Amino acid sequence: MSGRRQFWLIETGVTVRQEVLAPATKTQIAELVSGKSAPAEQPIAQAAPQTPDKSLVLLSRIGNTNPLSIDDYIANNGFAALRKAFSIGADQVIAEVTASGLVGRGGAAFPTGRKWAAVASQPVKTRYLICNADESEPGTFKDRVLLEGDPFALVEAMTIAAFATGSQHGYIYLRGEYPRALKNLTNAVEVSRNKNYLGENILNSGFNFDITIFRGAGAYICGEETAIFNSIEGYRGEPRNKPPFPVEVGLFGKPTTVNNVETLVNVLPIINNSGEQYATWGSTGSKGKKLFCVSGAVSKPGVYEVTFGATLRQLIDLAGGLKSGSTLQAVLLGGAAGGFVGPQDLDLELTLEAARAAGTTLGSGVVMVLDQSVNMLDQLQRIAAFFRDESCGQCVPCRVGTVRQQEALARLVSSNSADETAIDLHLLRDLGQVMRDASICGLGQTAHNAIDSALTRLKVFSA
Amino acid sequence: MSAQVTTGLQVRKSVELTIDGKKITAPEGSTLLDACRASGIEIPTLCFGDTITPKNACRVCMVELEGSRTLVPSCSRKVEAGMVVKTDTDRTSHSRKLVLELLGSSVDLSLTKNVSKWNSNYDANPSRFGAPSTHHGKRDEAVTGHHHHPDGKTAETVHQPVKIDNALYVRDYSKCILCYQCVDACGEQWQNTFAITTAGRGFDARISTEFAVDLTDSACVYCGNCIQVCPTGALMFTSEFEMREAGTWREEEQTQTDTICPYCGVGCSLTLHVQDNTIVKVTSPSDHSVTHGNLCIKGRFGFQHVQNTKPE
Ligand SMILES: Cc1cc2nc3c(=O)[nH]c(=O)nc-3n(C[C@H](O)[C@H](O)[C@H](O)COP(=O)(O)O)c2cc1C
Ligand code: SF4
Ligand code: SF4
Ligand code: SF4
Ligand code: FES
Repeated sequence: MSGRRQFWLIETGVTVRQEVLAPATKTQIAELVSGKSAPAEQPIAQAAPQTPDKSLVLLSRIGNTNPLSIDDYIANNGFAALRKAFSIGADQVIAEVTASGLVGRGGAAFPTGRKWAAVASQPVKTRYLICNADESEPGTFKDRVLLEGDPFALVEAMTIAAFATGSQHGYIYLRGEYPRALKNLTNAVEVSRNKNYLGENILNSGFNFDITIFRGAGAYICGEETAIFNSIEGYRGEPRNKPPFPVEVGLFGKPTTVNNVETLVNVLPIINNSGEQYATWGSTGSKGKKLFCVSGAVSKPGVYEVTFGATLRQLIDLAGGLKSGSTLQAVLLGGAAGGFVGPQDLDLELTLEAARAAGTTLGSGVVMVLDQSVNMLDQLQRIAAFFRDESCGQCVPCRVGTVRQQEALARLVSSNSADETAIDLHLLRDLGQVMRDASICGLGQTAHNAIDSALTRLKVFSA
Repeated sequence: MSAQVTTGLQVRKSVELTIDGKKITAPEGSTLLDACRASGIEIPTLCFGDTITPKNACRVCMVELEGSRTLVPSCSRKVEAGMVVKTDTDRTSHSRKLVLELLGSSVDLSLTKNVSKWNSNYDANPSRFGAPSTHHGKRDEAVTGHHHHPDGKTAETVHQPVKIDNALYVRDYSKCILCYQCVDACGEQWQNTFAITTAGRGFDARISTEFAVDLTDSACVYCGNCIQVCPTGALMFTSEFEMREAGTWREEEQTQTDTICPYCGVGCSLTLHVQDNTIVKVTSPSDHSVTHGNLCIKGRFGFQHVQNTKPE
């Protein structure tokens, strides 16, 4: 422990209270301890400026239903998809999800129907479902809106996913720093259980399923699907070797489906209508609705629902355009594991295929808009520090590579010799390649992406 | 395609795959490294040992597998029918070179076998990241998510003082490559004592007892099975450590004699390492079908009684 810290004692007999205060100052904390209540949290819907709007698909209930009320949920089309799933049967549910073209919204864009079919076909019958609600990619806050504002939708979608894959138990691996999501989800799970939307013989279907909420403890790496298994099993949050893949050997060694919150919530419109109908939304290679987390120098930052195919310019306009006085310097797409694009890329279609063709990624839907006030060199160093801090430390390319990358950047920032700059740029490329090629998991494999894009696309060090 | 290979009493199916353009067959369940070694292809390994299921953490043994976006660790990846593998490409060489450089620049590899040979094979130059840092934090006290912002003038290392807290062995984690073998030997793969594990994250990750207490306050039972598997000399008999410090350790003069432990009915095989007619350390043959190199405190460390001299 360094420095002097002040402690307030909680004595026996004092009722323990939980308050949410962020950001917090020392004075405010002292006031809380002396009995004051924290100011009310911002309304959930404030994070989604398009809401309330019932014509939205993923955000239709945000801001106009009470997230704590199952009656409100049912009155707004709640559990209709679950009833339909039970009537059409597990195989047909998977067929609809496959036909919809839905791919994972957690970053890796893996086809959801294929994942479910793989689990459903395993000979081992004990199977798990995990909803990845760890949401730790810098700049990502879309799942939070769903978790806080429409928690019954997640319960319903998970029950459908479990029914389709033949899983008996589900976990929500919840980001530890989401207290309101914890409260609303806990309520949703308990109320659903009381009303037989969870538990034994759900709605007389003969299907049994229940959900446990498991809180993360604040490590980015624990959002990686196999690190989640270790974390839930009580081990260090380290990714596992693949193969074997989670669909064969996952949580507690059993076949496991891991899906992102947004991925799961997309299943409801697919089942309510049809996979075919869902597939009419979007482009050839990217189907359906997508949430983007627009932050930075825009007038109305927040979570936006669009149909795949909108351009970056359209999305920024949707968010009220650039703040007055701002000129666009760069946009970070996909988060720290994603990449930068520049003002010349505003007409980029936000589809998986267009992003791939442009050498970038949509990742988890981060659109961080940086204006002229941002020092790009500081940004890059911040990203490098992030990966160094969040590496689990298991494999050499990432454990040491992220440190060497940070050191090389520090030299580049202060370099005043073209020769030295060239040497360090070469070094960075070497590091990027070994991290991408030889790291165990996606963290190390993407730890050079954003920096690479800043070097090649924004040419930060070639001025 | 379903030819059978007989290994001892087991009958294993064999699979056919292509390595470096040559069709080969390998027993099902074996690794790419096994297959490469069987066909005379040399691949460097650092974290791989012969008695522990590898954690494939060092990534020096990577090979190219057709259809795989990334390289794959040959020490752990099992053979599959139809695989097309390349062991010597620009990408594999690049990865090996960089792994050697990354480890070489951060860890003391002076006692790790073959490193200088591989450095020259792969043109690895660990010093190109800058001079080793002289700023040494207290690694056991590292706080997750906090680090000094580097200025890039030096390359950070894991250098730290040797831990000498008991009479039997020392822990010099400046030499540790985090291969996890000691953790697995102490834990679920052999000893089931769980005295040590990894603590901290990222570059701060380190092998530690619970709350970094001295070994004498930990769950350690001094079987020394961690020393047996440690490939870097980070874990070392105190006898060896003291002789190295004094400059009297002369491995080339030592003889090795296999014998049976006299203490109990298990009858483990011991290999006595002897210099100047004195036992200087004890190992156990790792290819022994029963003990796999494992011993208990008596067989491992209880040798002083055969060479007691009168105190001067
Ligand atoms: C370092 C790292 C962190 C990740 N964090 C998250 C996360 O917070 N939430 C998430 O949904 N997926 C995360 N992922 C992706 C998951 O590994 C996995 O691909 C995803 O949850 C699968 O669900 P999907 O197919 O529905 O996208 C992360 C991956 C890596 C490598
Ligand atoms: S790539 Fe990084 S985070 Fe992933 S296993 Fe390796 S050290 Fe851990
Ligand atoms: S101390 Fe030795 S065996 Fe243990 S992790 Fe380090 S190098 Fe491996
Ligand atoms: S090493 Fe231990 S277990 Fe083995 S024979 Fe000796 S006393 Fe018995
Ligand atoms: S020897 Fe294979 S990863 Fe270390």
